[in-house]
Amino acid sequence: MDYNFHWQPVFRRLPELLLAALDTLQVAVLAIILGIILGLLLAVLKMNATGKLKPLNWFARSWIELARNTPVLLQLFFFGFGLGALGLHLSPFMIVLAALTFNCAGYLAENFRGGLQSIPETQLRAARSLGMSAPKAYYYILFPQVLRNVWHPLTNQIVWAVLMSSLGMLVGYQELAGSAQYFASRTYRIFEYFAVVAVIYYILVKLILALSRLVAWRIFRGQGGV
Amino acid sequence: MEMFSALRPQDLWFLAEAAGKTLWISTLAISSGTLLGILFGWVLSVSGRLGSMTLGAVLDVFRSIPLIIQLVLFYNLFPIIGIPLDPFTAGTIVLSIYTLSLVSNVVRSGIESVSQDLRRASRSLGMSYWQDMRHIVWPVGLRAVFPAWVGVALSVLKDSALVSVLGYVELLRASQILITRTQEPLIIMAIVGLFYFFLSYPIARAASMVEKRWQQ
Repeated sequence: MDYNFHWQPVFRRLPELLLAALDTLQVAVLAIILGIILGLLLAVLKMNATGKLKPLNWFARSWIELARNTPVLLQLFFFGFGLGALGLHLSPFMIVLAALTFNCAGYLAENFRGGLQSIPETQLRAARSLGMSAPKAYYYILFPQVLRNVWHPLTNQIVWAVLMSSLGMLVGYQELAGSAQYFASRTYRIFEYFAVVAVIYYILVKLILALSRLVAWRIFRGQGGV
Repeated sequence: MEMFSALRPQDLWFLAEAAGKTLWISTLAISSGTLLGILFGWVLSVSGRLGSMTLGAVLDVFRSIPLIIQLVLFYNLFPIIGIPLDPFTAGTIVLSIYTLSLVSNVVRSGIESVSQDLRRASRSLGMSYWQDMRHIVWPVGLRAVFPAWVGVALSVLKDSALVSVLGYVELLRASQILITRTQEPLIIMAIVGLFYFFLSYPIARAASMVEKRWQQ
């Protein structure tokens, strides 16, 4: 083996890499927030197939199936080159955000649908007959139970979003993986840079899982946990 | 070599062939990853705390690092230790290990989902450990985690697109080659999207039919 590992240049770039990790977190968190809103909407639309909602129901189904049955990388290239061909040029950040949101919304919609369908309709009727208004019944009865049902899949999806955002390096977005690639291309220390970045991703994922467990412990206390 | 020429009928063949490669590398990774995943999942289920702190922790690393980083690392590691790998071999190995790490987790929870009472009952009927495994744990556990396994298989099928980063010409890489030549990204992406869809969707449908049949 006549290769000498050079870790020094990588460690000198550590502050920049850690800042790039914040970009990774930022794009992933934004995508998850947008994904939750759109995913809820898609789930409700998929469950209602009557009357005027019919075209929207079809739209929601296509979105969900496309997001779940094609590679994220293809979705990313679509928001990059695909829209570019239509004259719509998004910034690298927007490309990653749009693709991750599209993907997360599709996966979360199915999780939310499962979570919503697992609550018997009679519960809502019982709440209403006790004099609760519809928003109150949704907020106090439906929401806490659904939240508990989807907590695990939601946590997984956040982890996924962080991992998937690394594909940003293929469309020129300099988040964690993108920065590693940029620095590696200038120094030819590809292995060293990516090894350090792998460690940072690992720590990020562990932090998210720990945070999720902590929050779950706080809000689901006394309900038998998640 | 010509540049910027229109899409030709034989380009569809080129894409279909590349779809075959996507299917091939995914099949290799899913089957080897599943076989080893069953073995490792069983080890995890019987080795308790020690197993999950050693083997479990190692497998967890592959689930906590982006696949693209794993591919780049693995592909660049082997020339360093003096064994250069071609993109196909490197991609297959990384995808297999990734599948293995996901499947072992699924298998472990499958085995643990079978109730201890049921297993004691089978052992007290005179079944050996392996008979209990084969005739009780396998069928009962399989039903519990089959959907999760199908989910893993489908995600590996789609994630195989990342091997394109190493230069292996599978479906996604083929589409990029065509896009560069024809400058028609939208139509080519639509076709490639359909290819992926028709690889993935039938499997998802078949799996949910199997699940429904089991529930009856």
